[in-house]
Amino acid sequence: MELYYKTISELEELLDSGEISAVELAKAFIDRKNAVDGKVGAFLSSDEGGLLAAAAESDARRARGQKRGALEGIPVGLKDVLAVRGQKLTCASKILENYVSPYTASSLEKLESRGGLFWGRLNMDEFAMGSSCENSAFKLTRNPWDLSRIPGGSSGGAAAAVAAGECAASLGSDTGGSIRQPASLCGVVGMKPTYGLVSRYGLAAFASSLDQIGPFARCVRDAAILLEAVAGHDPRDSTSVKTDIPDYAANLSLEAFKGKKIGLPKEYFSAGIDPEVRGIVEKAVSDCRALGAEVEEISLPHTDLAIPVYYIIATAEASSNLARYDGVRYTRRSPSTTDVIDMYFKSRAEGFGEEVKRRIILGSYVLSSGYYDAYYLRAQKVRTLIRRDFEDAFGRVDVIMTPTSPTTAFKIGEKTSDPLAMYLSDICTINVNLAGLPGISVPCGFSSEGLPVGLQMIGKAFDEQNLLSFAASYEAARGFDSREPNL
Amino acid sequence: MEYEAVIGLEVHVQIKTRSKMFAPVGYRFGEPPNTLTDPVVWALPGVLPVLNRDAIRKTIKVGLMLGCEIPEITKWDRKNYFYPDSPKNYQLSQYDQPLCVGGGVEIELTGANASEMGEHRVVKLTRIHLEEDVGKLTHFANDSLVDYNRAGTPLMEIVSEPDMHSGDEVFAYLNSLKNTISFAGISDCDMEKGQMRCDVNISVRPKGSDELGVKIEMKNMNSPSNARECVEYEIRRQIDCLKRGAPLVQETRRWDANLRVTQTMRTKEDAHDYRYFPDPDLMPVKISREYLESVRAELPEVPFDRQRRYMSEFGLPYSATSVMCHDPEICEYFERAVAAYPKNPKAIANLIVNDLRRELIAARQAGEDPETGASGEFSGAGSADSGRGLGLFDSKVSPEDIAGLAEIIDGGEISKQIGKEVFAEMFATGKPPADIISEKGLRQNSDSSELESFCMEAIKGNQKAVDQFKAGNEKAINALIGPVMKASKGKANPAMVLEIMKKLIK
Repeated sequence: MELYYKTISELEELLDSGEISAVELAKAFIDRKNAVDGKVGAFLSSDEGGLLAAAAESDARRARGQKRGALEGIPVGLKDVLAVRGQKLTCASKILENYVSPYTASSLEKLESRGGLFWGRLNMDEFAMGSSCENSAFKLTRNPWDLSRIPGGSSGGAAAAVAAGECAASLGSDTGGSIRQPASLCGVVGMKPTYGLVSRYGLAAFASSLDQIGPFARCVRDAAILLEAVAGHDPRDSTSVKTDIPDYAANLSLEAFKGKKIGLPKEYFSAGIDPEVRGIVEKAVSDCRALGAEVEEISLPHTDLAIPVYYIIATAEASSNLARYDGVRYTRRSPSTTDVIDMYFKSRAEGFGEEVKRRIILGSYVLSSGYYDAYYLRAQKVRTLIRRDFEDAFGRVDVIMTPTSPTTAFKIGEKTSDPLAMYLSDICTINVNLAGLPGISVPCGFSSEGLPVGLQMIGKAFDEQNLLSFAASYEAARGFDSREPNL
Repeated sequence: MEYEAVIGLEVHVQIKTRSKMFAPVGYRFGEPPNTLTDPVVWALPGVLPVLNRDAIRKTIKVGLMLGCEIPEITKWDRKNYFYPDSPKNYQLSQYDQPLCVGGGVEIELTGANASEMGEHRVVKLTRIHLEEDVGKLTHFANDSLVDYNRAGTPLMEIVSEPDMHSGDEVFAYLNSLKNTISFAGISDCDMEKGQMRCDVNISVRPKGSDELGVKIEMKNMNSPSNARECVEYEIRRQIDCLKRGAPLVQETRRWDANLRVTQTMRTKEDAHDYRYFPDPDLMPVKISREYLESVRAELPEVPFDRQRRYMSEFGLPYSATSVMCHDPEICEYFERAVAAYPKNPKAIANLIVNDLRRELIAARQAGEDPETGASGEFSGAGSADSGRGLGLFDSKVSPEDIAGLAEIIDGGEISKQIGKEVFAEMFATGKPPADIISEKGLRQNSDSSELESFCMEAIKGNQKAVDQFKAGNEKAINALIGPVMKASKGKANPAMVLEIMKKLIK
């Protein structure tokens, strides 16, 4: 197998034994990126010299016996929504096309403290708003399994880059499914941690009460290594929680299902789910049952309110979060403006794409005087009901399983003219963000068209360890899948 | 018809803290533009606010000093509006769950003269909340520049009920707030530096009516006396409009300190919809009762309470206390001196207020442009700022030496008159009073035979005064004592001289 398709654990073994150096590994990823990214389009920018220099330092550390951690020498890609000192941070938006961040996100600092190497900025839907990566102002990213299809979104580049072997792993952000859905569509593992587990400092905000940073990886164990690296309290993020972070990878159990109960919410297996996807997911669930679990049908009665509630809360927060992109300080300013109001209007009109504008307008509307109670306040109340649905369910079951995405990857352009159809891509993932819970998408098979399908597992708050063990147990039972995208 | 004004104030006070409200960078007045900034202040992509605990504590402190209730849960909200002085284009503020609720501000209206206490009353407060300040715009012919140094500085907003009725009350209210807050060391409340700013809401109505008239907001007053003048002007203007039958519209007006008039700034049609909502980046804060008690334990005495105590406990005159009790430094200095010599607080207060303070003001004025120098006069509740921050403790005179001087005078070793001379020497050299007295031979002359001879000389020299005294004019004796003091070079013990003189004349 090529180096670029190996797991982090495998690569660390090769690095530790001296069979390969971090520089060689970096070169392997650079070559792979140069070979396939013309087709995939996952990267917005990359700094080959920077990666090679960092890899050389990593080799030197290892030679001195000063390995920083489980990610020593591993190139990790970042969704273009995370700040890196001296690097562009565009959020795939024209309005930030020339912005260079003067500081680094907490999550990357933590990753680097474990030896991880920053490797390139990955495409996304503008400001993380979208489910197909088609809302990027700069380029199209294609699904490595079928280049005529979308990779999912918003973290489409981060998922596609891992699937195509252009980086060993990557970090994305998930507000309504933006890690899990593209992970599912690209056939990789993607995880959204419990809200508050990973610091958001340095993550350009979309919807502050929903955004979480999480890993894309080739296997559950790799995701566990990445999560352990980035999780933990950060005094710079008041919503990050003080909690002990276990060594998730070391503590993984492959017998997690024994005597445990799996909940299958009936609302997630009904209309709107592609029958083939449903069949593959149901087969995966029965594989889990075979590992010693009981399966129980449960109900999450407020499921159908997820989309409206989400598009009220997320857009309200976004309308305010994106107000700072105004042409005054660091964002692109329209070249010909007459006064300050004109500058705001033109800079924002020219700088933001259609979907971002749509959401800013929607969000401003639901917060407006006279509408606040009917929309924003009511949505918050329903959000509480959604959270309670899950709390009630977790009184009876240990893990909840659903499809990650209602369909496999759709064709480029298929849903761009129908925002509502696009929004429905997230019906299985959004509630998990509204409830603040951890969710992981694990590859569970392929459709007849050869497109990956993902199984979503939802865990209890801050119970990432068990959730990862459930995922790893299933992954081990399913066995190694030798299929690779044909690039 | 007679009209009355109804007035409510929104006062913003910058809180002195080491760092900004939600960012680790600090703030100082007068630094080069945009040097006191960081990624959070600039609102760069990805930054998050972190609460300044000290600002919360200080706001609660002010709330407790003003008798507010402190609810158990408080939270932060976003006030959304676009303006280049606001980097995020929303301001973090508190909408419906402020830190402090209710309470009141005791005010003192100006008395008949400097030695008479004016009328006191309490102006009711609605709330005090905590928010962040914005940056500063400077406009030029073709463009505008923005300085974010001030952006993000902690700001408490003190909102009164519509509970005032005159410019004098507004003046007294601002001074009382300023005294209370600066006494606690929470802000210097310098209105000219923007550390304290006020918006005044004024409406007028027929006297006796329960309904409020059209509310008109005033901005841009940069001193309490400015505010008083603005309010008086605006009340006259509004009443005049009503009398002429001209309609009053809800609007914001700006005080023009040069023209001394108010002018329309914006009308209600331009009013913002701020789209308030709870800030998702900050968690609500729970104020535990234990925490509240710990803040209560460190509350300073409110200036008016201290003033009443100084008057009753130490028997100080109102005029002295009205100077002292608005200045924490004078109070501390005074209390240290009284601790050293508790028998005569009045004499100590007198030495501090009339001698030390006067010397310090004179010294400061000598080194300043006389146009801007503080006047050094004090007038009851009014001008508490004149002579504030004189640096008593930096002078060469220690509170213990002031106490020592009072004690020496009380013991009869020197006269009050000589005391002035000793004090001047203390101020110039920092030497203890006893050393100065012995070095200069200023000890009072109590040698009765020598004094008797001085007295006899004086009687011989002014028979007319003797006759007048004998005829019952008690004051005539002063004309005889004068020459005795002169002959003794001021050192004659005045009490003894008086006694000897009376005996000799009889």
